[in-house]
Amino acid sequence: MSRTRTRSLAVAASLASATLLLSACGGSGFDDAPAAGGTGSGSAGTGQLQVLIGSSGQAETAAVTEAVSAWSQESGTQATVTAASDLAQELSQGFAAQTPPDVFYVSADLFNSYAASGALEPYGDQLSNADDFYPVLKEAFTRDGQLYCAPKDFSTLALVINTDLWAQAGLTDADVPTTWDQLRTVAQRLTANGVTGLSTSAEYSRLGAFMAEAGGGLVTDGEATADSQQNVEALQYVQSLMADGSYAFAADLGAGWGGEAFGTGKAAMTIEGNWLVGAMASDYPDVQYRVVELPAGPAGKGTLTFTNCWGIAADSQNKEAAVALVEDLTSSDQQLAFARGFGVMPSLQSAAQPFSQEFPAQAAFLAGADYATAVPNAEGVSDVITDLNSQLEGLEGGDPQAVLQRTQTNLEAALQSSGS
Amino acid sequence: MAALTTPSAAAPPTPRRRSGQARRREAGAGWLFTAPALALVLLFIALPVLMALWVSITDWRGRGSPFEPGVPVVGLDNYRQLLAGGGLPTQDLGTALRNNLWYVLLVVPTQTVVALLLATAVNDRLLRGRGFFRTAFYFPSVTSSVAITVLFLFLFGASGAVNQVLGWLGVNGPNWFADPDGVLHLLFGVVGVDTAPALLAGHGLLGVSWWDWLAGPSVAMSALIIMAVFTTSGTFMLLFLAALQNIAGEVSEAATMDGANAWQRFVFVTVPMLRPTLFTVLTLGLVGTWQVFDQIYTLGNQGGPAKTTVTPAFLSYTTSFTNGQWGQGAAIAFILFAIIIVLTLVQRAVLRER
Repeated sequence: MSRTRTRSLAVAASLASATLLLSACGGSGFDDAPAAGGTGSGSAGTGQLQVLIGSSGQAETAAVTEAVSAWSQESGTQATVTAASDLAQELSQGFAAQTPPDVFYVSADLFNSYAASGALEPYGDQLSNADDFYPVLKEAFTRDGQLYCAPKDFSTLALVINTDLWAQAGLTDADVPTTWDQLRTVAQRLTANGVTGLSTSAEYSRLGAFMAEAGGGLVTDGEATADSQQNVEALQYVQSLMADGSYAFAADLGAGWGGEAFGTGKAAMTIEGNWLVGAMASDYPDVQYRVVELPAGPAGKGTLTFTNCWGIAADSQNKEAAVALVEDLTSSDQQLAFARGFGVMPSLQSAAQPFSQEFPAQAAFLAGADYATAVPNAEGVSDVITDLNSQLEGLEGGDPQAVLQRTQTNLEAALQSSGS
Repeated sequence: MAALTTPSAAAPPTPRRRSGQARRREAGAGWLFTAPALALVLLFIALPVLMALWVSITDWRGRGSPFEPGVPVVGLDNYRQLLAGGGLPTQDLGTALRNNLWYVLLVVPTQTVVALLLATAVNDRLLRGRGFFRTAFYFPSVTSSVAITVLFLFLFGASGAVNQVLGWLGVNGPNWFADPDGVLHLLFGVVGVDTAPALLAGHGLLGVSWWDWLAGPSVAMSALIIMAVFTTSGTFMLLFLAALQNIAGEVSEAATMDGANAWQRFVFVTVPMLRPTLFTVLTLGLVGTWQVFDQIYTLGNQGGPAKTTVTPAFLSYTTSFTNGQWGQGAAIAFILFAIIIVLTLVQRAVLRER
């Protein structure tokens, strides 16, 4: 083989390989563009809005899509709604590539992490309806005194009762529990024939309601108060119900969550939020139930509230339109439409009246808004709560004091590092 | 853009090396022909690894590029916080390593033995329907792990098939995927040791007490261990089968002539001849089991019950993607990397031919 021939071969080969690589890259690039629509590459300069939502199901996706397209028609700005399969992951990709969707759901526990990274546009002061949101909801999305994003809607916890099992146990409307003692009594009465009186999942976002009723909470005025006497009392109360056999965690009944244990008739009562209404209608339409306010504890009434907000990306090319869209989506009429579509409660105080008229069965959820506390969401606190949840799973034979002590230590560390 | 420049940067060695000698030219051609593969490896493996290494020493919060000037560099803080901080990150890493260690300790030997036995069985010339059995045993390996995990979720449900069968035997099966109790703790409980002896409870490593290190895999993790053995044994059976077919029949015949029985032939002749394959299988098993992720993700309970199915790979993912602590997440990945490298070297030393 002569030298020149080798060389020309070599050149040809290197050219070929380079071309292959180039075409491979180009090819994948073209393939990706439409597929990545959800992770929002389309916002650049076109004036079009990308909306990314973490949908609970078909009903929610349809309702949001309809609302957004109605706004598009009115405003003349195009907008596309995509339901994420893993919202946190898709948002992360968008933030890192600086091509995030323009408008997206932000859950309360991720809010501080996103805001700290500078990915969220603090647009609260541009909203005309900002004063109408429930203060407890606004607080969840406020950082350094700035309201970052508009609460999308909210839910609270209430006591849900299977009315058939209730009647079978010889209980009447007069027996609806309003105190912890009464709750203990009815839970015992309802526990029979393989049915457990009360069941929830083993997590802070349910048991925390008992803590609130006892006057406790994980964080009070920015200070960690997990090991307070009130919290110990709350967990001891739950433990005593478990000892009676009238309270069991859903997992121990072979159910994924409280609603499943309730819907399948393994439990006669559960503590869940508004989302239960939709789940019961679609999965257990034959179960008759009613929703009442949670019974008051030693320190009065208490419940937890959960919320998401409409985040707007700081890297969005079209923030003005995005704020206009959010204002439309959080308007009273639109939120009531969402309530009809997928069973959430409007985050506006002025929408409470029409909501309770339209959904009298959900009055107990709405009543909770007056005394509900939010789940603490400072940075790093969600890890602490995850750790607390893992401890709560073993509550039945565990030591509440030790569980809360451990949480206190973690919480202090988390609050200190998020404050610094 | 990097993709456009790298191939041309990797290709030029050819012109520079044409200094006469045939060997040099051959070396140049060699580089040239490996250039595409090399470029791909550099671009998609080496470069991202280095980028991740950089992220692990920063406090990048996930917005924009981690190489922008504003990103705070924190040195070894992420590693320090994970390994010596004593707080929640340390405890989480300790728990994840504990879970994964038990998983590895149980899965790797079991799957290797099962794979070897399966391979020996389907290598037997007298076995009828060998093709069928080979396919059947290999089948779980080609099925997606997500599909198998979902299947196992049903099988091991509280009222699933496994518990029904246990019920026929009079055994009240556990609520598999919701049971956080450690298997060894349960065994200790049988012999009357229910609470931690003070010596074990008071001390520990990475924020996890020795008593908890000794918990063993949780019942939930045990179900995952069974699943891992079920799915990967077939893959390794294939490797053993290929090696077994390379062993000439004469060797076995010679051993028979020397008076060895079937068991002796297997232990003293076949297994030693499989040593290179054994090394491959153990290494692949070790690496694969330390990186277990998709089963945990598909299970959908965030590493529960009670964090007993969190693994370092899953922890790295949640730390990065859900908590936005990218630096810490990358640091976990590199700690895992170091563990795998060290263990592979140890295993190499142990299996070395003497």
